This record gives sequence, C-alpha cells and structure tokens, in this order.
Amino acid sequence: MLITCPYCGPRDVIEFTYQGDANRTRPDPASTDQAAWNVYTYDRVNTLGDHAEYWQHSGGCRSHLKLVRSTLTHAISSTAFVRDHGEKKSASRRKPGAAT
Amino acid sequence: MAEYSVFSLLRNAFSAQPDWKPAWRKPDPKPEYDVVIVGGGGHGLSTAYYLAKEHGITNVAVVERGWLGQGNIGRNTTMIRSNYLLPQNQHFYEHSMKLWENLAHDLNYNVMFSQRGCLNLANSPSQLDDFARRGNAMRHVGIDAELMTPEQIKAFLPALDLNIGGRFPVYGGMVQRRAGTARHDAVAWGYARGADRRGVDMLENCEVTGFLRDGDRITGVRTTRGEIRAKKVAVAVAGHTGQLMKMADIDRLPIESHVLQAFVSEGLKPFMDTVVTFGAGHLYVTQSDKGGMVFGGDIDGYNTYAQRGNLPIVEDVMSELAAMFPGLARVRLLRSWGGIMDMSMDGSPIITTGPLPGMYLNTGWCYGGFKATPASGWCFAWTIARDEPHPYNAAFTLDRFHRGLVIDEKGQGSTPRLH
Repeated sequence: MLITCPYCGPRDVIEFTYQGDANRTRPDPASTDQAAWNVYTYDRVNTLGDHAEYWQHSGGCRSHLKLVRSTLTHAISSTAFVRDHGEKKSASRRKPGAAT
Repeated sequence: MAEYSVFSLLRNAFSAQPDWKPAWRKPDPKPEYDVVIVGGGGHGLSTAYYLAKEHGITNVAVVERGWLGQGNIGRNTTMIRSNYLLPQNQHFYEHSMKLWENLAHDLNYNVMFSQRGCLNLANSPSQLDDFARRGNAMRHVGIDAELMTPEQIKAFLPALDLNIGGRFPVYGGMVQRRAGTARHDAVAWGYARGADRRGVDMLENCEVTGFLRDGDRITGVRTTRGEIRAKKVAVAVAGHTGQLMKMADIDRLPIESHVLQAFVSEGLKPFMDTVVTFGAGHLYVTQSDKGGMVFGGDIDGYNTYAQRGNLPIVEDVMSELAAMFPGLARVRLLRSWGGIMDMSMDGSPIITTGPLPGMYLNTGWCYGGFKATPASGWCFAWTIARDEPHPYNAAFTLDRFHRGLVIDEKGQGSTPRLH
C-alpha cells in the first residue's frame, strides 16, 4: 500500500503509523459528560467502504494526515494535512503534539 | 451404530461406497423458524449444534451468504489454549478446552484435536514474572500451567535458538500442556453434520439483506432467498458484525474490523511438536500434521474488510520466525492469507442477548475465535434458549464498555489491537 504524503510524495505504508478512526470527535477535555467520553473511547462506525482515518508520517516528515481510504480495496481517495481540513481547534489545553 | 466408524468404513470398502450420505442436506428455506442463526462459520454452526443437542431446539436455520466454513474457521492457525489471567476468560476458555477434549467423540467426527502443548517464551525477566503470575492464577482455578527454565525449554523444544539471535535471550517460559491444535475445517463440518442430523437447516448462498421488524423487535431476516421469519435471530458473523448491525439501525459498536494474516510453509519433516510463541515480538508457530509450519503475528493495524494484508507485517512475522529458528530461514512459504477479525475494544468477546428484542449477538473474538468455537456455541445456545447468559458468558456483555466493566486481559486500555 502506498500513501501519498502531501509533503513527501508517494511512500510505502511502512513509513506511516495508523492513528485510527477519524469519524469521532473527542469531547472537550474539561467535559465531564461520561456518555460522550464512552462513545469517543469505545464506539466505532467500522465503515465498509470509504473510511476517514488519521495516519502519521512517522518515518518521514512526521505530519499528521487525514485520509479517506476504502476498507474494501485499500484505494486512497483523499489525503491531506489534518490542519488543512479546517477543523476547529479546541480552546482547551491539548496534549502537546497530539493531532487536532 | 455411529455414522462414521471402522465398521461403516469396512462395509463401504467392500462394496462400491454406496452408503455415504452428504454431511448436510441442501434444504429450501422454510417461511418460519424458531431460531435463525446468521453466519455459517464455526461459532454459528456450533451454536446450532448445541441448540439442538443441549436444548432440544431443532427448528433452526443457519443462514450463510457463501458456503459453510468460508470465513475465519478456515483461515486461522488452529491453535487452542486456555491460558488466561482474568477469571471471566479463564472459566470460559477452560470450558472450551474441556469441550475440545471430547469433541471428536461427541461429534463422531475426527477433528484431529492434538494436545501438543503451548509454550509462551519469556524474553525478559519481567515477562517471566508476568508468566509466573498468570500461571499461578491459572493453577488457582484448576487449569494446568508450568513455568519452565531455559534448560527445560531446551529439552522440550530442541529446535529453538535459546539466544534468539543474541538480542532476545530466553529467560524461561510458561507451558500449558493441554493446549494444542485441531483441524479447523473438520470442526466446521463436524458441527454442521451434527446439527443437520438433528434437523437444523443449513441455508447456503443465502445472504441477509435486512431485518424484519415489528417496532423495535426483530422478527426475522430478509435474505437473497426470500424472507424468513423467526422468533429469535442470532448473529455470529465475526468481522461483518458492524455491517449487519447497521441493517438494524445500530451505527456504532465497540468493534473494529481488521485483517490478520497467517502463513504456511512447504512441508518439512517433523521439526517441532508443540505450539510456541515469541515473547519479544508477536509470533505463534506450530507444525501441522502435514509438515508445514503454520504461523502468524500481529494484525495489519488499520481498519479493513479486505481478506488480504500488506507486506510490512509479512516481513515482521518472517523476521521473528527466522530469529527463533534460524534453521527455517531458507524454508519457502507455501501460502499466506488473511481473515477479517472482529476486534473488540478490550480484547474480550461479546455473547449476549440483544441489543434489540428478539436478537442475540456473538462477536468481538479478536485473534482468538477458533479456540473458543465449542464454548462460544455452547454459551450462545444457552443464552438464546433461556434468554439469559450462562455464568460462563455473563461478563461478556455489550454494555460493559459503557459501564466500566471491561475485561482487559493486558490492562492496556481501550484499543482494537488486543487479544
């Protein structure tokens, strides 16, 4: 499987670290909503077909990427830096270095 | 007289083999059953068998979209063990081990269950401490476990390089002598025949496309061979649980589907007579009765429904095998394949009533579904027949994740990479 890093170009999957499902939103760190945290921690949509997911180019430029990849064919239809997606950054304190 | 015996073999050998019947019929679907089991794999078939045998419920259909035993029951590395730390898992898997020990006799089908032992190598002192703890926990509830010194391992498995390339010396290990392997296809076929002879209908090439509902209650399934009504619908579809549950409007589950690869080498002369696991990485290997080395390692690690993996894991697994057994470095690989695992978020399974009325769910087997096949079916059948779990599977609920009652064997926290 080749992943085209927007910075480095096409690279082998071995250079990348999978960071999981991007179909979920972490509650605000200050939130005490137990149900929302449970859903974030445990529940997954487990998509068949195009799946939004995070990868890090850990063996390259170390960028965090958001991919849309088919879980049936492994074909990647979209690759972008996580920050380019314009996702709203949480105002609260985040773990240093964590993806948005 | 048993259907398969030395006498039936002889009688047929001296005639033109006229008396053999197909192991299961090919019936057309009836409009209604007491129980419809979705998924004709190991767990679905054993559920059907124990429903008929233990609970007398024979108006049952097993609905399978392809052919029986097409999925993970034929794609695993055939290893069986019950060496768990947590009591919920210990009692369940030990029950499975006891069913395995009598399975060939029970099914009148040779499942080639071979108790050749399972040796877990400790490649660091702390890992050995951990095995001592796990072994003591096992012995405490009556499961066999022995801690071994490197000298004992040398005698137990002479082929092993105790230095493992100098980097990961073996500090000791834990062996469960009652662990072993079985012939996976025979398990599926044996259960299928046992259930069929008791009246269960095996409906192959019958894909579920939706559920019949009466409000919240599930009242049957819509399939490519027509609608089938059922008082109870039981789901045992491993990696495709998410897809099926979406048909019942359940969008999220504590499950991710991942591919696990397995490998078999060309046939070799007898080389090792046990199952061994590598402690410094993740590798499990045994030698089949045909002589091939059967082995596997980690899942590929990303969500997928494709029954094939990528090369980094192949390289990783091969390097670990060659480190443990340098003599195997030039052995050629015969085949590799992948199966879709239903990875639960705490590494333990789910066997439960619900989540909707009229529905029963069996999923979350991670790497370990094969060894669980008998107990999974036994407990699932109990749960379906009595509408409540047996004590062996009472902890394997779906809502345990949200209630803080996870069964996290490794104490590692929520991740779909556990086993």
